[in-house]
Amino acid sequence: MDWLFAGLILIALFFLVVVFVPLIYFSIKYRKGSRADRSNPSAGSDLLETGWTAFPTLVGIGIFGWGAIIYFHQQNPPADAMQIQVVGKQWMWKFQHAEGAREINELHIPTGRPVVLTMTSQDVIHDVFVPAFRVKQDVLPGKYTTEWFCPTKPGIYPLFCAEYCGTLHARMGGRVVVMEPAEYERWLSSGPPRLSLAAAGERVYRELGCSGCHDQQGTVRAPPLTNLFGRTVALQSGEVVVANEQYLRDSILLPGTQIVAGYENLMPSFQGRISEEEIMEIIAYVKSLSERKSP
Amino acid sequence: MSKTESYLDESSLQSWLLTTDHKRIGLLYLFTILVFFFIAAVAALLMRLNLLSPHGWIVNADTYNKLFTLHGVLMVWFFLIPSIPAVLGNFVLPLMLGARDVAFPRLNLMSWYIFISGGLLALWALIHGGVDTGWTFYTPYSSTYSNTHVITMAMGVFIAGFSSIITGLNFIVTIHKLRAPGLTWTRLPLFVWSMYATSLILVLATPVLAITLGLISLERFWGVGVFDPRLGGDPVLFQHLFWFYSHPAVYIMILPGMGVISELIPCFSRKQIFGYKWVAASSLAIAILGFVVWGHHMFVASQSVYAGIVFSFLSFLVSVPSGIKVFNWTATLRKGSITFETPMLYALGFIGLFTVGGLTGLFLAALAADVHLTDTYFVIAHFHYIMVGGMVMGFMGGLHYWWPKISGRMYPEFAGKMAAIITYVGFNLAFFPQFILGFMGMPRRYHDYPPEFQWLNVLSTAGVSILGVGYLLPLLYFLWSTKWGERASANPWRATGLEWQAASPPPKHNFPVVPRVTKPPYTYQAEQDQFTPQSELAHV
Repeated sequence: MDWLFAGLILIALFFLVVVFVPLIYFSIKYRKGSRADRSNPSAGSDLLETGWTAFPTLVGIGIFGWGAIIYFHQQNPPADAMQIQVVGKQWMWKFQHAEGAREINELHIPTGRPVVLTMTSQDVIHDVFVPAFRVKQDVLPGKYTTEWFCPTKPGIYPLFCAEYCGTLHARMGGRVVVMEPAEYERWLSSGPPRLSLAAAGERVYRELGCSGCHDQQGTVRAPPLTNLFGRTVALQSGEVVVANEQYLRDSILLPGTQIVAGYENLMPSFQGRISEEEIMEIIAYVKSLSERKSP
Repeated sequence: MSKTESYLDESSLQSWLLTTDHKRIGLLYLFTILVFFFIAAVAALLMRLNLLSPHGWIVNADTYNKLFTLHGVLMVWFFLIPSIPAVLGNFVLPLMLGARDVAFPRLNLMSWYIFISGGLLALWALIHGGVDTGWTFYTPYSSTYSNTHVITMAMGVFIAGFSSIITGLNFIVTIHKLRAPGLTWTRLPLFVWSMYATSLILVLATPVLAITLGLISLERFWGVGVFDPRLGGDPVLFQHLFWFYSHPAVYIMILPGMGVISELIPCFSRKQIFGYKWVAASSLAIAILGFVVWGHHMFVASQSVYAGIVFSFLSFLVSVPSGIKVFNWTATLRKGSITFETPMLYALGFIGLFTVGGLTGLFLAALAADVHLTDTYFVIAHFHYIMVGGMVMGFMGGLHYWWPKISGRMYPEFAGKMAAIITYVGFNLAFFPQFILGFMGMPRRYHDYPPEFQWLNVLSTAGVSILGVGYLLPLLYFLWSTKWGERASANPWRATGLEWQAASPPPKHNFPVVPRVTKPPYTYQAEQDQFTPQSELAHV
């Protein structure tokens, strides 16, 4: 991104020179009363017009391609990235590590590993902006968005909320603490012992009674969850969807909207009975049901 | 000559409030938008003073949020959008066409009353506690969470929108039907072309804003779920609708300025405009392409990657016609005989600042760079270079240029030049540091900020105080000139347009006889120091 920015500055300077030099030169040379040659003034030239239409267009397409390639890379996190769950609310950030550690307004991560944040908001739109990593992504209610980066240098980097979210928007920040991997491991194990995210999810899953239907020994028939994550699911409506985080989330909160083919619309909505963090825990649990089987 | 008859002769309050004269309506708009400009400028000054300290030492966070909302709403909808179209457009457009008035004079007066009603509602919301959503009204904050006067403010903007639509409609019909004999499309002054392009946007885009604001009110008031996900809505849908209007609206806020510059550059360089057809066509190209780039406001808002890529590509294309204009203005100067009166200083300032604004737009159109820069002060600096550096400079240039026609008096030239230079210096000092702030990562809409950003904020605030002087001076000397200014002749700039064939100030119906147009615009001959007006109408 910084190379792109440098390239943009060079191109901007180039065009500034292209406009300013003749502007100033003509203003001086052809000021009233100067003895410049004013014969045969030109009222236009299609050649020039075509030139200064085509040239900036080509330059523009070049920068467009450059910016788009980096953006495409930025928007597709690598599959093996370390997972962090993020919930934003007026006016704080909550981070959950897969191992179970939880933090507020502060995120500890190791160097050398790509980190992907899966984010949602409990109320209005927020945005996780870490200027040092050149990343920014809106955090929306009712939807998961992701943002990833791969920190290389240990240090403390400020984190801002970049989408206006109300009174204390300017205070909704924090910091990202990047540590050497060994130090990070020490940090992870230093806190009070906690259930991993997936284990916490399993507990919620049992407490809310999901297991009564989704575990296969129950009397009510519900779609099995083992090996579900990441696979395609055929819906009653004829649609085929991928069982990703968003699908699982919607199925918990709005189960009636996506009925799996061959099943009845029996599941109650859990809207209002489950927090954003608990949904993320259940999703981690469902994910773990897929990971266990695959070698 | 000027003693004969003037549109300013009648002075009763009634003669102003019930007037259907396009010139008087233009002045009504001028007084109104100056009031809004003043309120919004005070809000900006308070914000800048507050940002002198990283801890926000003058106002609290809530008040700060209300100030930037107020500043944005008033500047965009109650100053910039009507500025050149409703003031200079109303005054000059019919004169340039050789017409007695716009096509629908009563509708024109009605548009002012609608505008005033919308403005009063907005002021009511301000006096009763303000609104804290930002001028963008992003949902679900605006529709569910904010407990300020969102509906009232939204209704104010909603109502003012109808005045935009009516003005746009009026101009389109006027340009089609009321051109003087001989004034063919390719003889139209470029200001008229830019007004035509602007009017198309006003008529086609504003209804979408009205619908969007209506939907917010529905959701807020009756809980109809459109944007709030808890009610089954989609908050990003709001952004699509809002920017579908507001991006074209950005061009409402720059095309008219470009139109003014296209008049000033030929006149003060005594030179035919370079590439007339290209400049005219680029206005239309901007108006059309402007409708398909709205998604570039949403590269980090969770729209799909592919949508982002398409919108980025189109955004690069929309920069091309603006570039064409800048190159043609520069080329016009060649072999001219250039003088540097106040309007020309503003015109040259416009080219410089608009070029910086346009080039920094490329940074924001480039996807990966936008991810870092969007929602920071870089964006603030970018659009102020376009809207203040561009549109307001164009407005000031046009106001000085046509002031002799409007008031019948000359403004004091020396004071004018001083004000133009002070404005230019103050503006750059105020907004250039914000590009650096944005790159360093300072987010916009922050009441307080980390101390490393302070020195640039102090520079910016210093610039704003200088800029303030640059705006106050013209207010004073324009008022002074109405009484003591030197009397203006009909054509003090020796310009070619039809408006300069009418007396200064013009009589109520502009022209004693219908002018016949025999020449293209901008027939200036620098070498012989001559010019040929567009019509051969003799003064009566």
